[in-house]
Amino acid sequence: MNNYKLEIQNLSKKYGRRLVFSGVSGSYSTGEIIGIKGKNGSGKSTLSRILVGIDSQNGGKVNHILNGKILEKEDIYNFVGFAAPYLNLYSEFSAFENLKIFSKIRGIQFDLQLTERLFENFNLSKRKNDLLSSYSSGMLQRMKIIFSVIHKPNFLVLDEPISNLDSGGKSEVYQLIKMISHETLIFIASNEESDLRLCSNFIEIEEYKK
Amino acid sequence: MKLLGIFLKDWQSELRTRYAINALAMFILVTISVILFSIGNENPDEFLTGGMLWVVIFFSAMSGLSRSFVSEEERGTSATLMLIAKPSTVFGGKLLFNFVLVFLMNFVIPILFAMLFETFVVRNLLLFAFSIILGNIGIAVSSTLIASIISKANTKGTLYPVLSFPILLPLILILIELTKYSIEGVSVEESWVEIAILIIYDIVMTISSFLLFDFIWKE
Repeated sequence: MNNYKLEIQNLSKKYGRRLVFSGVSGSYSTGEIIGIKGKNGSGKSTLSRILVGIDSQNGGKVNHILNGKILEKEDIYNFVGFAAPYLNLYSEFSAFENLKIFSKIRGIQFDLQLTERLFENFNLSKRKNDLLSSYSSGMLQRMKIIFSVIHKPNFLVLDEPISNLDSGGKSEVYQLIKMISHETLIFIASNEESDLRLCSNFIEIEEYKK
Repeated sequence: MKLLGIFLKDWQSELRTRYAINALAMFILVTISVILFSIGNENPDEFLTGGMLWVVIFFSAMSGLSRSFVSEEERGTSATLMLIAKPSTVFGGKLLFNFVLVFLMNFVIPILFAMLFETFVVRNLLLFAFSIILGNIGIAVSSTLIASIISKANTKGTLYPVLSFPILLPLILILIELTKYSIEGVSVEESWVEIAILIIYDIVMTISSFLLFDFIWKE
């Protein structure tokens, strides 16, 4: 099993003059589920985006370490999974086509068995060949969760993972998190009690606003 | 190859949405029609048609080639691309897509010119082919880089031709000169300096684009 470690050193982010957070530090590794807590607009999503490398910080460092070796920032994409309500997939393609295209771009083998299993678990099997433009917001959220784990990432960040989901969808997400948690480092940015109950450790954004 | 994955994604997406192809086709049609209406029954000078050819190519490129990055920003899929590929892979794939579009565009426009303007007669086809191929590379690389810059801006439509003009001007000037030579029937050997400038332009733009793209994409 791979050991993935995330080292956050004195991370800070500002939008113009507005401080979002500063001095966020910590070290986390495979098997942990970390919750990112904070009020609406406090910077949970910003921190999530910085951790997965799609946003940049103003100060500090984030080191992604796989089996003791620091990964280059531009090489982390095959080890990182991310799902968020604001993340969009390609609506002109079907769910199945989206995942196939992503595998090709990532340069990894398309895992048909895993894809079918995830479609089955998330109740999308019957609609897998429909264009995403015809999906409801709940179905899109299910699809985003599948997108985040289809390449078996070592580090997974879920920003508001159960937004738009019905009770069945929520329990599927929780089941998935529990299933992969022993071999994955997971961050959950949320205000939902049920999401945060899964976490063993927390980053409270309000503590880093001084 | 991973960049081929980006190219195929863009190509399939283009076949379904036809954003860029329709924009290019409409622009080519409209500009050539306007030129034909404005000259009426007059026969334009043969060198003038060579210049007009590159004016049509420049503005057609401005109308269609920005789609590669702008559509990702408009659909909110840029972050998704960042999550699945290196910046160099994204740029390589988008560049390949724009290459194909420019080659298609620059295959059609000279044929239309030859059909519609009697004075547009190319006497040295080899030299013309050189200028078209090297010009296509330069236009594709420059416009892909500029498209990546303007996709992050609010005023995408206006900014694209404004930013492109100074970057593409040296290329267009050389291409107009080479087209004039090919209409005159000047040999490839005699046009070597201009060809060398085109090759250098293409190399410099390709290298600097790949180096700059990392910053443009992530910042």
